[in-house]
Amino acid sequence: MDFITESHYYRVMPMLFEGLVWTLLITGVGLIFGFILGAIFGFARLSKNKIIYGLATVYVEVVRGTPILAQILFIYFGLSDLMGVNIDKITASIIAIAINAGAYIAEIVRGAVYSIDKGQDEAGRSIGLTRNQTMRYIIWPQAFRRMIPPLGNQFVISLKDTSLFSVIAVGELLYMGQQYYGATFAAFEALTMVCVMYLVITVPTAVYLRRVERRLDV
Amino acid sequence: MMISVRDLHKSFGSVEVLKGIDAEIKEQEVVCVIGPSGSGKSTFLRCLNLLEEVTSGEVYIEGDNLTDPKININEVRSRVGMVFQHFNLFPHRTVLENITLGPIKVKGIKKKDAEKAALPLLEKVGLSDKADVYPESLSGGQKQRVAIARSLAMEPRIMLFDEPTSALDPELVGDVLEVMKDLAKEGMTMVVVTHEMGFAREVGDRVLFMDEGIIMEEDVPENLFGNPQNPRTQEFLSKVL
Repeated sequence: MDFITESHYYRVMPMLFEGLVWTLLITGVGLIFGFILGAIFGFARLSKNKIIYGLATVYVEVVRGTPILAQILFIYFGLSDLMGVNIDKITASIIAIAINAGAYIAEIVRGAVYSIDKGQDEAGRSIGLTRNQTMRYIIWPQAFRRMIPPLGNQFVISLKDTSLFSVIAVGELLYMGQQYYGATFAAFEALTMVCVMYLVITVPTAVYLRRVERRLDV
Repeated sequence: MMISVRDLHKSFGSVEVLKGIDAEIKEQEVVCVIGPSGSGKSTFLRCLNLLEEVTSGEVYIEGDNLTDPKININEVRSRVGMVFQHFNLFPHRTVLENITLGPIKVKGIKKKDAEKAALPLLEKVGLSDKADVYPESLSGGQKQRVAIARSLAMEPRIMLFDEPTSALDPELVGDVLEVMKDLAKEGMTMVVVTHEMGFAREVGDRVLFMDEGIIMEEDVPENLFGNPQNPRTQEFLSKVL
């Protein structure tokens, strides 16, 4: 018993729990805004209006074509510099997740809506529903179901991406682990537990998603 | 006239699919459109509720010019029912919800009233016991009958059928045709694109034979099937009859 309570595996845990709370908070809030951005830009990518389509495409390609580490540094240091104000680290992290995930979610939304059979739209329009009503009552509910697996996947990716915010000293999970071994030199134990904490979230999510996916297949 | 079509042309890119169609369809008339695949008959039908944009010419539904940019197309479509080859039921909604969606959202009818009105329609198509199931559990013939009920729920003045039995197993075709026959008897104005020559002959008031984007020949079924004048019609009928 003494061995366990004395060990670094045990003593690192309170710090890691605190880090995990920030990791989940940044991921959760970031993805809520990311989903809103994704829905807006996803529909924009489906637009026949060339300007709207073009702007959305630029957003998606810029975000997907640059590393998220560069994006977080750009938001935290670059934008602060430009605007002459200090952005809070947590806010910067949430913005980074939102903008980054938003681009990927835009492609998820676009793909899911596009995948719904054209006959569904025609059936809706032919009973007299407007374009918006058809989207809202017929296309979107079916598309949303197809989005659940890739959105869950994006959750796992964004959750892991928050570890990069350790570079701006956000007190998320990995950063807290680093703090611990910085003081104790117990890097192996601390990083093992950091990984265990990530896995405790990501593995059940993956299992759950596979179940949902199988159900959607039927 | 319920439907008037004047010099209708339709192109997809550089391919002209309809090359000048003129047609008049009276109230309560049942018009069957036959012809080889690629003759433009489905495209013609889809122009009648503007599922296809018209390239040139005019389409009038009960006097309303669909090619007028100011037309409220949603309102016109609520008067024109359409039944598709592949049913296009809404898979995330029950049979009853499929039928009531239009009346509730387009006509603003209360949910309860729409459901009450849907029951006789389900009875008419012989599916009273299927109100609460999802489309995936239905056979093709049942799906198509639900699709017909869904269109009828809007109380349309005209019904368009786009090869309604082409995707069905042969033993399921009869039930769908029965429902369509009943509709015709009740006096519904119908335009039916079909490969069912028996149906066209028995139920049609008039048959249009289309080929290469034009109406090659039209007549009452007895004449068109019994004594076709155009060599193209003769050739087509000799292959399918």
